[in-house]
Amino acid sequence: MNTIRLIALLFLLALGAACGTDDDSAEPRDTLQRGIPTDPETLDQHKARTIQAADVQRDLGEGLVGYSAVGELVPAAATSWDVSEDGLTYTFHLREGAKWSNGDPVVAAHFVASVERLVDPDTAAFYAQFLSDIAAIEAADDLTLVMTLAQPTPYLLSLLTHPATFPIHTPSVKELGDGFARPGKLVSNGAYVLDAWIPGSVISLRRNEHYWNDASTSIDKVNYHVLVQDSSELNRYRAGQLHITSTVPPDSFAQVQAELGDQLHVAPYLGVYYYGFNLSKPPFKDNPGLRQALSMAIDREQLTAKVTGRGEVPAYSWVPPGTHDYEPPALSYSAMTQAERNQVARNLYKAAGYSDDNPLRFELRYNTSNTQGRVAAAIQNMWKEALGAEATLVNEEFQVLLSNIRGREITQVFRSSWIGDYNDAHTFLKILESDNPANSPGYASDEFDSLMQRAAEQTDLDARRLYLEEAERVMLADHPTIPIYFYLSRHLVSTEIEGWGDNVLDYHYSQHLSFKAAQ
Amino acid sequence: MLRYTLLRIVGAIPTLLLVIALAFLMVHAAPGGPFDDERALPAEVEANIAAAYHLDEPLPKQFVRYVSGLLRGDLGPSYRYVDYSVNELIATAFPYSLRIGALAMALALLIGVSAGTLAALRQGTALDRVVMGFSMTGISIPVFVVAPVLVLLLAVKLQWLPAGWSETGGAGRYILPVVTLALPQIAYIARLTRASMIDVLGRDFIRTAHAQGLGTATIIRVHALKPAMLPVLSYMGPAIAAILTGSVVVEEIFGIPGLGQFFVRGALNRDYTLVLGIVVFYATLIIALNLVVDILYGAIDPRVRYR
Amino acid sequence: MSGNRTVKVTGTFLLAITVAALVGPWISPNDYVTTNLDQILVSPSVSGMHWFGTDGLGRDLFVRTMHGIRVTMLVAVVASLVSLVIGVAYGAIAGFVGGRVDAVMMRLVDTLYALPFIFFVILLMVVFERNFFLIFVAIGAINWLDMARIVRGQTLSLREREFVEAARLTGVSTARIVFRHIAPNLMGIVIVYVTLTIPQAILVESFLSFLGLGVQEPQTSLGALVDAGVNQMERASFALLIPATLLALILMCFNFLGDGLRDYFDARQSP
Repeated sequence: MNTIRLIALLFLLALGAACGTDDDSAEPRDTLQRGIPTDPETLDQHKARTIQAADVQRDLGEGLVGYSAVGELVPAAATSWDVSEDGLTYTFHLREGAKWSNGDPVVAAHFVASVERLVDPDTAAFYAQFLSDIAAIEAADDLTLVMTLAQPTPYLLSLLTHPATFPIHTPSVKELGDGFARPGKLVSNGAYVLDAWIPGSVISLRRNEHYWNDASTSIDKVNYHVLVQDSSELNRYRAGQLHITSTVPPDSFAQVQAELGDQLHVAPYLGVYYYGFNLSKPPFKDNPGLRQALSMAIDREQLTAKVTGRGEVPAYSWVPPGTHDYEPPALSYSAMTQAERNQVARNLYKAAGYSDDNPLRFELRYNTSNTQGRVAAAIQNMWKEALGAEATLVNEEFQVLLSNIRGREITQVFRSSWIGDYNDAHTFLKILESDNPANSPGYASDEFDSLMQRAAEQTDLDARRLYLEEAERVMLADHPTIPIYFYLSRHLVSTEIEGWGDNVLDYHYSQHLSFKAAQ
Repeated sequence: MLRYTLLRIVGAIPTLLLVIALAFLMVHAAPGGPFDDERALPAEVEANIAAAYHLDEPLPKQFVRYVSGLLRGDLGPSYRYVDYSVNELIATAFPYSLRIGALAMALALLIGVSAGTLAALRQGTALDRVVMGFSMTGISIPVFVVAPVLVLLLAVKLQWLPAGWSETGGAGRYILPVVTLALPQIAYIARLTRASMIDVLGRDFIRTAHAQGLGTATIIRVHALKPAMLPVLSYMGPAIAAILTGSVVVEEIFGIPGLGQFFVRGALNRDYTLVLGIVVFYATLIIALNLVVDILYGAIDPRVRYR
Repeated sequence: MSGNRTVKVTGTFLLAITVAALVGPWISPNDYVTTNLDQILVSPSVSGMHWFGTDGLGRDLFVRTMHGIRVTMLVAVVASLVSLVIGVAYGAIAGFVGGRVDAVMMRLVDTLYALPFIFFVILLMVVFERNFFLIFVAIGAINWLDMARIVRGQTLSLREREFVEAARLTGVSTARIVFRHIAPNLMGIVIVYVTLTIPQAILVESFLSFLGLGVQEPQTSLGALVDAGVNQMERASFALLIPATLLALILMCFNFLGDGLRDYFDARQSP
């Protein structure tokens, strides 16, 4: 008797605990539900480094310059700016009446403090080298900011849209130190304020009434739901619980296209998916012909059509098409048929000393994931059939792979990618400069480095472009990497939402969005 | 009783220390660190970060530092969630795991005991076979097969239940995760109850009760249930551990921000302190719960009490 | 006796599956590695090229499934043997030596029994990067506790039996007693528990594959096939249903087999 009572009591208690603390009300219509694939590691703009952190920060803060819904540079915290003749001095005129979420005015000193904190070694900021071209920055008065550069930096304005350059509310940082970015404490100057953050679950934002442009912000509240599995995110969208997804799972793409085609937004995205070579060890060291052979033997068209299957663009250059003011050169074999490529590849392979009796054996490393595994298996097969080369697949967790790539000891061919930080070819080309820490293959070409240096010295934009394009041509011929395809951004956007603009940087500020008026 | 309890607690401490040391070694032996990223850090910045988190100190020193933190109840900062400490993350995540786990356990007991008793009463009949067949299926089919299929059917196609976890979903969002988690336990408990109940029902004192004219329901309620529950009770320890294990899968599939999910992510992201913190937390919890079960067992079965 | 029939039926099924897994890839014209991007997710057809259809890369699913069964069974059997060896050794020593040593050893088992070993397995896999050999060890390390407990119980009761007394009186060494007299009598119980440990090992391996920590491409196991199938669920349900059904059947058979064997041995031992 007692045992039954005990069990029943347990059950009721648990049920009560479950229901008691819940809010059963349906979601109010003024709240935007968005999906995000992982938690930001922090909302402190100097310590953050991931794309997810930047996405949320773009709703919370505002820099000197911003983007419109379709990806055009527009004034934000600064209303206008003057550039000196030699391109080295920028004078920004800040917006009068702009306020922080606690009512304090936004002044130039806040921007200066932000840059100083960014480059301070004690902050250990990820993007410290971002603003390495800034030689000096000072607040001429409350509303005037003067930046002096070491070199003409044509992409500076694009840089200044990045959250790492957002101003900081100095009184908060002084009082709270590194804890200034927590919910309830964070003072922001953008369209929204941080309401709550439950790690692993949801980040809640609400309207910042002191924002200078609050009148044109339509949506009151935004919830970013942390959904690590893209299939879960899709399920929630289908069930009507999400308005915007962060991606579309590759295996469901065809079906989503068929059923939800009018809500599917696919756009070119500034990112390149590539396989890198470890250039410091054999067999790929000093062996450009062999590297080219491996690159040519990959049937990128088949790969993007059948394996990744979401419409990616095969990559025959390094910098993605659509990059601002740039015409990427193409690899010499981009116009050949795959059969022709295989033929040339085989010759190169033989010339490097390999044959069916003496096949090339190496390891291909990639990070653990269904998609990466499929791509790797497909490419492994292509190399086998076209050349007879035998690649062994090794999958590792992301952190491990990165650490191995950095170490340059055991890697031979590895999978990697690069997403542009700003809309300029420079962000892609600079990582192959010999002294750049993100130079994954260890590419060191004097010719490339000097062309990049010359480009950085130009004030004339056309001349600069020519130098960059030439640098890319040199790099492509050396084959330190195998560009495979260019990324696409994919989102499902509910028909209830208006104001969505596809753009190459995949920035979608919540303040540009609104709910369609109820019928 | 008190002496017994104290002895058990003291006996558990060395095990706990062993567990912590083991986990510490494994986590730090793993290749790849918490701060690796494609956007590589310049060397000085990396050194700064390592120093800030004491990662440049020799391993034994780090271990001592960690354990002394533990004694103060401080599980350290999370490497991955820069703004949060491990204590805060566990405090946020545990209630989710607790609710799902407790509901699943209660459901498993309710259905398992009832089904097992029914099967025992109808031993050898078709009902008995059906119950046992179902329970066997429950043990056999993996959770990560059942769960996505159920979600596809019930949430996406029929839209009867929410597709996944959300903060404001109401009671409905518990149904799928709890049922999925409870399924294997229902099976085990049903089998245990059936076997034990058959055993108890065959004993002399039950036959005496029958002879005295008591009805079946009364016999079960008053005489048979308590002794029959003993094996189920001693299964509670491993059952709780099994539910914890199962919660890792269920949380992953349904996107519930519980401790299981944080653990897996933490291991993959090399968030050392979070992983260690969760292991310590769970180990302490389970040892404590086992102690409670032992005491309950002693309360029910007088033969055990006097050792 | 139904126990006997269960043993026969499940045993036969498992044998059949094992034979199919060994022989299948020989008789099929396909192999498990070759991709064919023009034949992605083709439906199964008994008369056509692909009896079980193809997967997301155009690889033949029949051969891959047979390979998957091989890997799954191999991992499960070896892991169970690992836990068998550890468990029997530990339990026999504890049971035979008895006294304080036994109390300490069993206390350790009791506490370890309750810990979530899955956490340590995940950590192990993460540390050693999916070394195939270590999968066995890691899984085996979870399951030895049950075995140890049972073996200890049996050893304790066997120790008091007459033939052991007789052996001791005639001066036979302890080691000899354990190996020649006690061990053979443990056979029955050990066989039962090995059969019951195997499904647990299979489940752990499947879960690891689900997390992406299992066998490496292009190798596959039933767990990995199910994981891939879950992703293809809407386009090609057969990619999920075939491995899932086989996995469930194998698990059920082992469970029933273990039960049946247990009934059989119990019947033999009761007076």
